[in-house]
Amino acid sequence: MASETTIEQALPRKHYLNASYGVKSWLLTTDHKRIALLYLMTVTVFFLLGGAFAVMVRLELLTPAGDLMDSETYNKMFTMHGVMMVFFFLIPAIPAVLGNFLIPIMVGARDLAFPRINLLSWYVFVLGGTFAFGAMLAGGVDTGWTFYTPYSTTYANTYVIATAFGAFFAGFSSILTGLNFIVTIHKMRAPGLTWFRLPLFVWAHYATSVIQVLGTPVIAIAIVLLAVERVFRIGIFDPALGGDPVLFQHLFWFYSHPAVYIMILPSMGVISELICCFSRKKVFGYHFIAFSSVGIALLGFLVWGHHMFVSGQSVFAGMIFSVLSMLVAIPSAVKVFNWTATMYRGSISYQAPMLYAMGFLGLFTIGGLTGLFLATLAVDVHLHDTYFIIAHFHYIMVGGTIMGYLGGIHYWWPKISGRLYPDMWARFSALVIFVGFNLTFFPQFVLGYMGMPRRYHAYPEEFQVLNVMSSAGASILGVGYLIPLVYLLWSLRYGQPAGPNPWGAKGLEWLTPSPPPTFNFDETPEVTEEAYEYQKDYEKQRGKEAPVG
Amino acid sequence: MAEAAAVVAHQFDDAEQQRDSVSLGMWLFLIQEIMFFGGLFLGYTVYRYKYSEAFRIGSNELELAWGGINTVVLIFSSLTMALAVHAAQLGKRKAIVAWLLATILLGSVFLGIKGIEYTHKFEHHLVPGPGFHYEGSHARQVQLFFSFYFVMTGMHALHMVIGVGLLAVLVWMAQAGKFDSAYYSPVEMTGLYWHFVDIVWIFLFPLLYLLGRDR
Amino acid sequence: MTQRAIPLPTDESGHHVVPVRLYLMIFGALMVLTAVTVWAATVNLGPLNVVVALLIAGLKATLVILYFMHVRYSKPQVWIFVGAGFLWLAIMITLTISDYLSRGW
Repeated sequence: MASETTIEQALPRKHYLNASYGVKSWLLTTDHKRIALLYLMTVTVFFLLGGAFAVMVRLELLTPAGDLMDSETYNKMFTMHGVMMVFFFLIPAIPAVLGNFLIPIMVGARDLAFPRINLLSWYVFVLGGTFAFGAMLAGGVDTGWTFYTPYSTTYANTYVIATAFGAFFAGFSSILTGLNFIVTIHKMRAPGLTWFRLPLFVWAHYATSVIQVLGTPVIAIAIVLLAVERVFRIGIFDPALGGDPVLFQHLFWFYSHPAVYIMILPSMGVISELICCFSRKKVFGYHFIAFSSVGIALLGFLVWGHHMFVSGQSVFAGMIFSVLSMLVAIPSAVKVFNWTATMYRGSISYQAPMLYAMGFLGLFTIGGLTGLFLATLAVDVHLHDTYFIIAHFHYIMVGGTIMGYLGGIHYWWPKISGRLYPDMWARFSALVIFVGFNLTFFPQFVLGYMGMPRRYHAYPEEFQVLNVMSSAGASILGVGYLIPLVYLLWSLRYGQPAGPNPWGAKGLEWLTPSPPPTFNFDETPEVTEEAYEYQKDYEKQRGKEAPVG
Repeated sequence: MAEAAAVVAHQFDDAEQQRDSVSLGMWLFLIQEIMFFGGLFLGYTVYRYKYSEAFRIGSNELELAWGGINTVVLIFSSLTMALAVHAAQLGKRKAIVAWLLATILLGSVFLGIKGIEYTHKFEHHLVPGPGFHYEGSHARQVQLFFSFYFVMTGMHALHMVIGVGLLAVLVWMAQAGKFDSAYYSPVEMTGLYWHFVDIVWIFLFPLLYLLGRDR
Repeated sequence: MTQRAIPLPTDESGHHVVPVRLYLMIFGALMVLTAVTVWAATVNLGPLNVVVALLIAGLKATLVILYFMHVRYSKPQVWIFVGAGFLWLAIMITLTISDYLSRGW
């Protein structure tokens, strides 16, 4: 396929980045693309903060003794790592950065349905981050990101309420984002753009938004009750006064389990785009992937009790949740099979976005399969609160979500910035990340199986080798994350202009200039073909010869 | 179609798309409010099941007369709100203002009565916390009942205060002639919010005040 | 604009105007139901007290939703969204209560 990058491209004269200048034009913008960049800068800061806490954790765990910091400080480190990463990076990253930027363009609209609410969502997010970061500066919180009662309500003397309200505001921000996406996707699609012609990225974000709207308010009320209990000491969750700590866990996990699908579904949406583009092939089983996204969102609400198998929940309820948890694996598996089938007999190229996508396929599969072990009630009794759990969710959140995020950033960077980055460096970082990631987290499966508990700053000597491997891997992973910061920033000034479609991809976003004009399209596009019609291009090029397979 | 105030924002193609989108947006907001209050109802349900006797006692300590009057007042305010939307649909400026003011008045009466009830609870040492004191049996779980009473009605009252604020803004807008029969979305959407707050009370009243009064 | 078999009154953006009489009738029904629920609470029905109270509250809420909130005159899409909200609440309460109910088993 003739690469459009071989033709000398020029930046468009007027686009969303130079449409207006000055701090006010950014802080008071209602352009979804600028808001996406505001989010990009904010989530990157929070990611680096969360990463710094992870560094402290892995440094302590280099030695079996708790010698780098005392146990209370260690508790603060893993708590703040979790809070920062979950609430301030993983949940917002793909929807608020890539979703905000792309969804209006992908549906052929000038902006989201509610641009001012979009801006409000960013401010609310920053407010939440300020609360959480302020709490960390003031002395931190040590309850674990899960804020379990009665420790968080009665015994902790750290900044619980401030941190929890940080999460509260981050959650409210995500409700507003989800609301905006749902209305935009329902009401503002261009002529000819039926539901089943939408990019799967949009379907993924639709499903994510449903979760955000239905689930987030429940953790909001859990946080309110936690704060009320902590301030007034009235026994809502305190056993001494008749309260039930498990009630808090029900309220907490009713959101926090679907939250993990908020984290993974957008990444799956990215993967669908990447696999099709870099296999030059229409996705296998479009409807199955679309319906699986919605299925994951819906089923994901029925399984939260699998976090509470050993908390005092009834065994009967545990059995129900165990069975339902098995079911939710099915739509995810369907997607993995379909992506693989898409690649089969495709014309595959290995640019950086594709390396991230392929990494996702392997790492998400491992993470997902290990989830099945944990869903099995009896096995979870052994594995709960061990490093097996930590490895499982990091395979999904880092091996899944972050790979998808980075793949998406690399794929759409030319569209967002108008510039190309050096692909060699990008591929190199992708490989460094892949190696570093596996070295960090695979040993943790073994550690967990062998019985090393989580959230302890000291451990028995026999676990040291694996811990050292894990910490070594973490340093490699960290390097892998830092390199893109360098070349992506470099590309803003020195990168080759990208042109509208450097990848030769399908989708409305590739029809606009790079960077796009403020209102995305000069005229509302009309959609006449199905999604991912890569084969048709191929046929046209080869003079209607049918491709092999 | 009257052009008057039907300003279509730049992201929308026409007034119809704008109206549909705003309406769907408000419904989504209300759906998340259902889940927000729902968490409180869940907690209440769990503890009512576990401590039925204590919660029965707690319900009987509430002032049924005030609660009943408030229920009537709030449903009445839903009527006046619906009539305000009706007036907006017909473009009757003075009627819109009048019905909105009536709604504000009724909402304020509701909040005033809640203030009276809360004051009585305070005087009887039934506010949870260090000042709580209950003489009868199951004192600890009666405190739990009152925790839920105050959080649930308090959260509801907070939503009403916000509603009254929104209504005040609407009065100002209506008085300035911003609404006509082609454009009255803000009135309609605030109406949806107000009716939702009414529905929350429709469930709060029997669950808090009525269960346990059959002995 | 959608065509209807029986012409209903509409405003200038084509949306259905509910007659005031209907609003007053719904209000009346809500008042009656309020009185009924207060009275029913004083009658000892055992475990049915809760059921009756919730059914009446549900009926009142339905009237407010259908008529005051105009859902009766709205597209099926709105019905689905409203239904989804209540369905989700039901899921949350049901699954959680199943834990508490079965603790002793």
